[in-house]
Amino acid sequence: MTDISQTPGAAPTAKPKSGSLFEKDARTKRRNAAESRFKMYGIAAIGIGLLMLIVLVTNIVTAGTGAFQQTYLELDVDLKADKLDKKGNRNIEDIKKVSTFGYAPLIASALESEVAKLGIQTDLSAKDMGKILSKAAQAELRNYVIANPDEIGKTVSFRFLTNSRVDGYMKGRVTRDSIANDKSISVEQLDFVDQLRDAGVLYKAFNPDFILGADASDQRPEAAGIGVSMLGSLFMMFVVLALALPIGVAASIYLEEFAPQNRLTDIIEVNISNLAAVPSIVFGILGLAVFINYMHLPTSAPLVGGLVLTLMTLPTIIISTRASLKAVPPSIRDAALGVGASKMQAVFHHVLPLAAPGILTGTIIGLAQALGETAPLLLIGMVGFIASNPPDGIVAGFLSPNSAMPAQIYEWSKRADPAFYERAWGGIIILLIFLVTMNTIAVILRRRFERRW
Amino acid sequence: MNDMSRVERTVDSKDIKIAAKNVQVYYGDTHAIKDVDVEIEDKTVTAFIGPSGCGKSTFLRCLNRMNDTIDICRVKGDILLDGEDIYDKRVDPVQLRAKVGMVFQKPNPFPKSIYDNVAYGPRIHGLAKNKAELDEIVEKSLRRGAIWDEVKDRLDAPGTGLSGGQQQRLCIARAVATAPEVLLMDEPCSALDPIATAQVEELIDELRERYSVVIVTHSMQQAARVSQKTAFFHLGNLVEFGETGQIFTNPVDPRTESYITGRIG
Repeated sequence: MTDISQTPGAAPTAKPKSGSLFEKDARTKRRNAAESRFKMYGIAAIGIGLLMLIVLVTNIVTAGTGAFQQTYLELDVDLKADKLDKKGNRNIEDIKKVSTFGYAPLIASALESEVAKLGIQTDLSAKDMGKILSKAAQAELRNYVIANPDEIGKTVSFRFLTNSRVDGYMKGRVTRDSIANDKSISVEQLDFVDQLRDAGVLYKAFNPDFILGADASDQRPEAAGIGVSMLGSLFMMFVVLALALPIGVAASIYLEEFAPQNRLTDIIEVNISNLAAVPSIVFGILGLAVFINYMHLPTSAPLVGGLVLTLMTLPTIIISTRASLKAVPPSIRDAALGVGASKMQAVFHHVLPLAAPGILTGTIIGLAQALGETAPLLLIGMVGFIASNPPDGIVAGFLSPNSAMPAQIYEWSKRADPAFYERAWGGIIILLIFLVTMNTIAVILRRRFERRW
Repeated sequence: MNDMSRVERTVDSKDIKIAAKNVQVYYGDTHAIKDVDVEIEDKTVTAFIGPSGCGKSTFLRCLNRMNDTIDICRVKGDILLDGEDIYDKRVDPVQLRAKVGMVFQKPNPFPKSIYDNVAYGPRIHGLAKNKAELDEIVEKSLRRGAIWDEVKDRLDAPGTGLSGGQQQRLCIARAVATAPEVLLMDEPCSALDPIATAQVEELIDELRERYSVVIVTHSMQQAARVSQKTAFFHLGNLVEFGETGQIFTNPVDPRTESYITGRIG
């Protein structure tokens, strides 16, 4: 042993018998090459995935951000008393008798006087000038007057939505060439728009009504918003959470901790896994048959949507809950039973708290999945319903017809006017924000409460 | 250390705490325990020794019906605790386990505070009327677990943050807290280093004053050091049962001798 230390730095004289360690033999080289090839495949696969994601996100963002901005025209409207309140007694019932059409002349004259004030030269008639505004403008004005009858007789400044073509022109979607065959707007009107824009009364601004407002008919894409269908989705999620979480957790605790291992429980287990893979439209058919045709629950109602989505989410929640119950080490159960806890005490005092983060994560992911689901809603009539009014009250929120976010997006993407396309993309952005937020919460919860042994 | 030093001590005749007669255990079709007859005395440490898979842990788990949690496990024969058959239909295993505490091979404190670990048993059995009584039980149990001095300043710290030996003593304190009459220990030192092992062994010797202790161990030295009675299991049979001194110095059965001298196992 000491011999070696006495001759430091002595060069090894004997040659290694089986080749030097400093030279790789052919077999090692092949193996190393195979390994680096495999790594390259992996990196390439991830690269392709990331590239797709980037393309998708940029696409959505570029196509959808437009929906959050809208072109507005500022006008000072003289709310003439002789037109709006002929009797002059400010009786709200009399004021309501003036229909939306009755407000058109007010807007037309307001626009005329604005044009005169700004000194804009145009050959357009007052009627054609008014056409650059949205059809929603008159309704907006009427709603304002009914809400504030005291303002009649005064001049009030308004910010009206413009027509979707004008909006498209401002956003670059509509050009002078593209409107050659378009009857709803002319080159002269676009020139007029340019003049108004240069004068500073027509401009693009953030559009809160897209996020908070209701859907609008085919004629008024500029007025359409996702807010009401967002409420529909919210009520559905309440139903899903209130039903799927307790049912799912109870079922998984029973199956995992109490159920005897026999053929019946085996069949149940296999079928729960199978249910998770059943196409969601099948749940839609089931919902239609059971909840609407048999139980006569209202069509298009978030309650029914929530019930259908509950069926769809249950397998996800059961599978993830069982997985997190399984992940709790058996030694914890032994410890609890060993000090004389009953099985239920062992589960509820020790196993469930440890499994809770996993259960919550599974639930949130299940909810996110349900939030983005469209197909089952097709069959219970939540797609195609124009949610033009927010539900009044919580009961109405569950029972009155409504749409849901993905259904609304699908509906917009079907409509003819290209202005709805922008809305659909914008809706997708909002939906994605919700989904990413929910998944982030799930990840944070898991990180935060995860315990290790 | 002279392993045999404690073997010499006299064993007083005591009451029989647990009497097992003709016990058979089946795992599905496997006959895991065959015809075991054993009498465990009160205030005595009884060691179960034998090679791996000989059924000593299985038999231990029969004594507080922990085997009930395994679906395919069936137990036949009589196991009497103070003359009462613990496998009688009227017996609730939960009540039994409060009387027959258990310490496991791997320290398994709950992922809660040290205090809650010990207080859990008394809480679910309603042993304390108020906080003060509970505090008293916790302190007494931790003292009996010989860990009080180490943890008295950090009862709120998580039990999982202790060292392996401390965790095991905490588990012993937890088992003691429900005021059991019998303590079952399934290889309590196999996951511990020699110093922690020595502490736990010392503790086991102290526990003998109050409880009947049954310990399963792989280490024959440990069995010799801590027990007064030893049972040798082999392939599901109870080969030999007697006073520890006699088993280790003058075994009757040739299989016991082979195992002790290291020829089988």
